[in-house]
Amino acid sequence: MAVIEKIPASGLIERFPGGAIVLATGESVLKWSKASSLWPLTFGLACCAIEMISTGASRFDIDRFGAGVFRASPRQCDVMIVAGTICVKMGDCMKRLYAQMPEPKYVIAMGNCAISGGIFYHDTYSVVKGTESLGIPVDVNIPGCPPRPENLLFGLMKLQEKILKESAASGRNEKRVR
Amino acid sequence: MKNVSVDAPEKQIEIPKEALLETARRLLSEGFTNLHCITAVDKIQYMELIYIFYFMDKHACVILKTRLALNDLTVESLANIWRSADWLEREVYDLFGVKFLNHPDLKRILNPDDWDVHPLRKDFSRPDIIKKPKS
Repeated sequence: MAVIEKIPASGLIERFPGGAIVLATGESVLKWSKASSLWPLTFGLACCAIEMISTGASRFDIDRFGAGVFRASPRQCDVMIVAGTICVKMGDCMKRLYAQMPEPKYVIAMGNCAISGGIFYHDTYSVVKGTESLGIPVDVNIPGCPPRPENLLFGLMKLQEKILKESAASGRNEKRVR
Repeated sequence: MKNVSVDAPEKQIEIPKEALLETARRLLSEGFTNLHCITAVDKIQYMELIYIFYFMDKHACVILKTRLALNDLTVESLANIWRSADWLEREVYDLFGVKFLNHPDLKRILNPDDWDVHPLRKDFSRPDIIKKPKS
């Protein structure tokens, strides 16, 4: 029982005083399980991907936050980490990958290029100016060129906080661009 | 590798474009077996096409240049002599719009297939390009 008191959603889930009973709403358990097992898409675009790979390896170990299962198919993913420069041709692929991910889905824009185009903002013909300009909504922006693995982990924790604070699991995507 | 100067400027040859195929065959028979690079420069008045050939055993290179008039951007392809010319010429076609005659598969290699512009030309512009402000 001592384990349950340490979970990030403590406050949503309460231990019944004096007994071995846990009180929780279905919604909060759903949110907790969603936040604790984010499966990212195996999707690296440029040098930020190297930092993402490093985050997945044993030194930084993204598995500690339950987000280490990088899936090779968008059908099995919850979160797309946009790690790197988005080229015009890759933009179309990205839109398709995002559309293929099942709901609920989240997007982390990692690095300046994925946020706004970064150093490729001016005078380039081949670079998309950020993830949001493709019509893909971004949940967490992580600035940096590239961000260090600690920053990615921090962004991931911010995403987990955001999921835990969501008002309802179902209503989230109704106003989204598809 | 001592006493090797690969990029000496006097090893440039400038030829008219009609003589390209003949010169290229001559270079191959002399031992320049490696077509290292094809690129172009938009000189505004004309287009300059640059070929770099390598002689592997002697570590020597020769630079072949030819001028194309802007109203006639066509030149014979070298893809039937050097296989490496295939993709290099596709790249030059993609970025500069130079048409290579008798090329086996002349289509864009990097940019989206539905583009009709050539990005490395001086007069290139697209509405989504954001100009860097002069500071």
